[in-house]
Amino acid sequence: MKSVLIVAEHDGSALNPSTAKTVRCAQALAADSIDVAVFGSGIDAVAAQAARLNGVNRVLSVDRAENAHPLAAVIAPQVAALAPDYRYVFGPSTTFGKDVMPRVAALLGVGQISDIMEVLSADTFQRPIYAGNAIVTVRAPADGPIVATVRVASFRAVAEDGSASVETATTDATLPTHTRFVELQSDTGDRPDLQVANVVVSGGRGVGSKEKFDLLYALADRIGAGVGASRAAVDAGYVPNDMQVGQTGKIISPNLYLAFGISGAIQHLTGIKDAGTIVAVNKDPDAPIFEIADIGLVGDLFAVIPELEKQFGG
Amino acid sequence: MEKIMVCLKRVVDYNVRIRVKPDQSGVVTEGVKMSINPFDEIALEEALRLREQGKATEVLVVTIGSADCQQQLRTGLAMGADRAVLIESDHDVEPLAAARILLKMIEKENPDLALLGKQAIDDDCNQTAQMLAALWDRPQATFASKLEVNDGSLRVTREVDAGLEVIDVDLPAVVSSDLRLNEPRYVKLPDIMKAKKKSIETIAIDSFGVDTTPAFAVTEYAAPPVRGKGIMVDDVAGLVDALKEKGFSL
Ligand SMILES: Cc1cc2nc3c(=O)[nH]c(=O)nc-3n(C[C@H](O)[C@H](O)[C@H](O)COP(=O)(O)OP(=O)(O)OC[C@H]3O[C@@H](n4cnc5c(N)ncnc54)[C@H](O)[C@@H]3O)c2cc1C
Repeated sequence: MKSVLIVAEHDGSALNPSTAKTVRCAQALAADSIDVAVFGSGIDAVAAQAARLNGVNRVLSVDRAENAHPLAAVIAPQVAALAPDYRYVFGPSTTFGKDVMPRVAALLGVGQISDIMEVLSADTFQRPIYAGNAIVTVRAPADGPIVATVRVASFRAVAEDGSASVETATTDATLPTHTRFVELQSDTGDRPDLQVANVVVSGGRGVGSKEKFDLLYALADRIGAGVGASRAAVDAGYVPNDMQVGQTGKIISPNLYLAFGISGAIQHLTGIKDAGTIVAVNKDPDAPIFEIADIGLVGDLFAVIPELEKQFGG
Repeated sequence: MEKIMVCLKRVVDYNVRIRVKPDQSGVVTEGVKMSINPFDEIALEEALRLREQGKATEVLVVTIGSADCQQQLRTGLAMGADRAVLIESDHDVEPLAAARILLKMIEKENPDLALLGKQAIDDDCNQTAQMLAALWDRPQATFASKLEVNDGSLRVTREVDAGLEVIDVDLPAVVSSDLRLNEPRYVKLPDIMKAKKKSIETIAIDSFGVDTTPAFAVTEYAAPPVRGKGIMVDDVAGLVDALKEKGFSL
């Protein structure tokens, strides 16, 4: 028996796109079946959406009040309780998956493979190390479950045209009360999610202030783009942390990435290696970002952006 | 809180350009600068601040690795740690084995808080803190950017993809630090001199009775595909043309 269990990520009302990408990765395992477990409270809509993911055989809906917020200490024992039926237990390599999956692995007494970028065979995978500066091939042990997170930028989402069955699942795992959700501070407006946006406009320290970031938002809104940032821009308080792109932020793969006032440190470049086309605007002709940019323009972003805005969107 | 245990890893310094060995057996680590993993340094800084604010009484730093790790423990002592323990191993230890060893240290030392970096910048695994919390059967607060000590619990702000999540965790607990938790102090020369006099306790990894043989086989190291240098344009009109050529009509 060689089946896959995927831990779904969602916000209570819809699936996070990382789930459909994790399913794509699982398809490469040539397993007998793929099940998706949804942990939450009042999650019929999410479970129904998971059932539409192409290639999924069964959705396990674990609906209980304790699952209202994605706390690793609460979810991990339930995943571990479902795991014995599976050869693979996968989650997305998002902050959710990174938090939950190692806890699952340890409960099962096995190691974890982080950030699978390619499936080479049923037990052999490629993953990045050193901020993506080296790629290793890793072979999992012959027995025991293979617990892993999936580097979502490496996989396209599967279509939502399937029709899996949805089953209510319960586990007898004892759930701890030592970890309690307080609140989620989130001010992501209605701009496209960085992890799925086709086009991303991104700013660095060169933008100079929170107020001046408005220039980037205006440009992004003009072309329907998501907005990202370097760590320096986040640290300086220009933008919130969820906009950070890079080794410690989001790893993204838009078709087009437009970087303004970003020098191109390796930790930043790690986050955009899979972008289709990279455009860099920087006033320093020696900025390292020009080494990897497909189109580079040496110039002052404050002059370039207003002009671009005029040219874009008619 | 009384004791805080901080776990450090010795890694290739983040400024070093990583190169894969020509025979693909690993990355070049000979003769390159080694440092405390930046996330672990932040974890240590946080522990020191808690002690300085009177919210903890002792900061213990622990590392697993070769005798060379004494250098990083010395830096930890120079930053202000009270004690240092080297768990000496002649081979790399996977995160699960590291967590099992660290759990043994916890059983021995009984800390109220274990502080670790969220990931080591060499293997980028991002696992050890979570695994340690699971084995210890205690709470985990990963990717912390703010930490507040309350009576018997911590309020931790976590950097998550959707923004900032705030959770309460009862002590004892495991916390893993993100980059914005704090900015580590610079070590001053007199502190380095003083740290030289502090002793480092060394424990052989085998003495814990934990099997640390790697479970995964790493069969190949490869350099990533390089993104070649593209074209440079002179002005915005050139940029728009180049985008059009690539099929973007924005
Ligand atoms: C462990 C670790 C993890 C990290 N993780 C990340 C990460 O996830 N993401 C990340 O981004 N960084 C990360 N960093 C930080 C990274 O090393 C760099 O410090 C950071 O990316 C720099 O951001 P920046 O390019 O905006 O700033 P800078 O390097 O200061 O560059 C600013 C650029 O703006 C240009 N500029 C200034 N004014 C203008 C103007 N008017 N017009 C045009 N150009 C202008 C300058 O020429 C310069 O090139 C990490 C570092 C460490 C140690």
